[in-house]
Amino acid sequence: MDETVAEFFKRTILKIPMTEMMTILKAWDFLSEKQLQDVNFQQRKESLVQDLVLLCEKKRASVHDAALLDIVYTQFHRHRKVWDVFQMSKGPGEDIDLFDMEQFKSSFKKILQRALKNVMVSFRDAEENAVWIRIAWGTQYRKPNQYKPVYVVYYSQTPYAFTSSCPLRSNIPLLGQALTVASNHHKIVKMDLRSRYLDSLKAIVFKQYNQTFETYNSTTPLQEKSLELDIHMDSRIIHENRIEKERVQRVTQETFGDYSQPRLEFAQYKLETKFKSDFNGDILAERKEPLRCLIKFSSPHLLEALKSLAPAGIADAPLSPLLTCIPNKGMNYFKIKDK
Amino acid sequence: MSVLRPLDKQPGLNTATILLVGTEDALLQQLADAMLKEDCASELKIHLARSLPLPSDVNRPRIDLIMFVVNLHSKYSLQNVEESLRHVDATFFLGKVGFLAMGAGQESHCSIHRNTVTKLANTYRSPVFFCDLEREGFRATVAQRLVRMLQICAGHVPGVSALNLLSLLRNSENPAPEDL
Repeated sequence: MDETVAEFFKRTILKIPMTEMMTILKAWDFLSEKQLQDVNFQQRKESLVQDLVLLCEKKRASVHDAALLDIVYTQFHRHRKVWDVFQMSKGPGEDIDLFDMEQFKSSFKKILQRALKNVMVSFRDAEENAVWIRIAWGTQYRKPNQYKPVYVVYYSQTPYAFTSSCPLRSNIPLLGQALTVASNHHKIVKMDLRSRYLDSLKAIVFKQYNQTFETYNSTTPLQEKSLELDIHMDSRIIHENRIEKERVQRVTQETFGDYSQPRLEFAQYKLETKFKSDFNGDILAERKEPLRCLIKFSSPHLLEALKSLAPAGIADAPLSPLLTCIPNKGMNYFKIKDK
Repeated sequence: MSVLRPLDKQPGLNTATILLVGTEDALLQQLADAMLKEDCASELKIHLARSLPLPSDVNRPRIDLIMFVVNLHSKYSLQNVEESLRHVDATFFLGKVGFLAMGAGQESHCSIHRNTVTKLANTYRSPVFFCDLEREGFRATVAQRLVRMLQICAGHVPGVSALNLLSLLRNSENPAPEDL
């Protein structure tokens, strides 16, 4: 085995945490059950990795097999990458063709290889008619760099593709073009939506986040909820603004629903508006150019945090529509200009 | 009749009622629970309100003490308290009103300066207590203090009145404006 390939194998396997090693190797499906059984998984990680690399060498594993292992690892650790969302559209009057996965894959690969001499493309099918694509970029004279790949997750029955952030910005238009042409679309647009949580992005873009599951006892949970409140309340504690509290709860529930919110880490608002002031003769208000200002909200779980603002008494209900429209509009990057 | 007056109702037998006004509902609830855990000869009643004026209620007992709770991390909570103060009759401020300011320990999160609340309290001639309501131990201490204060304001402690307590609480750090 080529030294660089062996090194690639070694580094990829080293990334995998010991607790997930067996699961990921099984999902990779390159080494058979019997071969895996022969390996001692109780030894120290470095020695285990050496044994596994030797095993791969014996089985004549290629750089493509290593790339597949990298894809499997990324599928298990998708939150380590930041995902952008692209939306494609067909031209007016174009028929909806039957999608052929194999044709898409070969077409996609051809487009990239025609434009860039050294590029390595790997595919792995996933559930829901999705395909994970791994692209390692090279240049005219250099072999593909396996340590800075770009991942694309394309849901073939939809016009949406999710890409991990690409370190080589110049390759993004080419990537977009390849996706568009290979999937028989006409145009591709980058949405103003970005997050680490691929499943949440999916939920937002496919509008799956607001599905509540009807359970058999759909009325009992409601009753339990109000009982809970009563038990906690000592009769010596009286809430004067109970009606207001109930209004806030109702408004919050109407805006955010009962379901758990999709997970985003931030929302960014770029303001390019003129400064508005109540004072007459305020210097800033006299400026003709718009004031540029960037506001960023960050949170481990932004939408749940926004949902809890009004009930916690930190903000008035209803919240500003700029905040509540995020899942509906599928955006967390906003540009606000004067009308 | 949306203004709160201290002596417009008959007192209940051995009952002391406190009204906690503040936006941070969950913390007020916890403070109320902590107060009820205290040993107290009087029967305690705790009313929690987000803001004043209170909705009209004939059955509400006479309020002996009002504590306005401000969170130094939130300008919104201060604004809320300032607007609520307008609905309290002047006679309440003879020892039956106090301010609780929380969050002073985390300076980096404070959007209101301590002095703002101190000045507000001085304007209304009322004591201000800086406290931490989020940690159980400190909350219990505040609760204890409030219960003792409430008993005095309700007149359950012989020989000490709310006005006595008020002048005792004024120390050299916060002298009355006339003394300056």
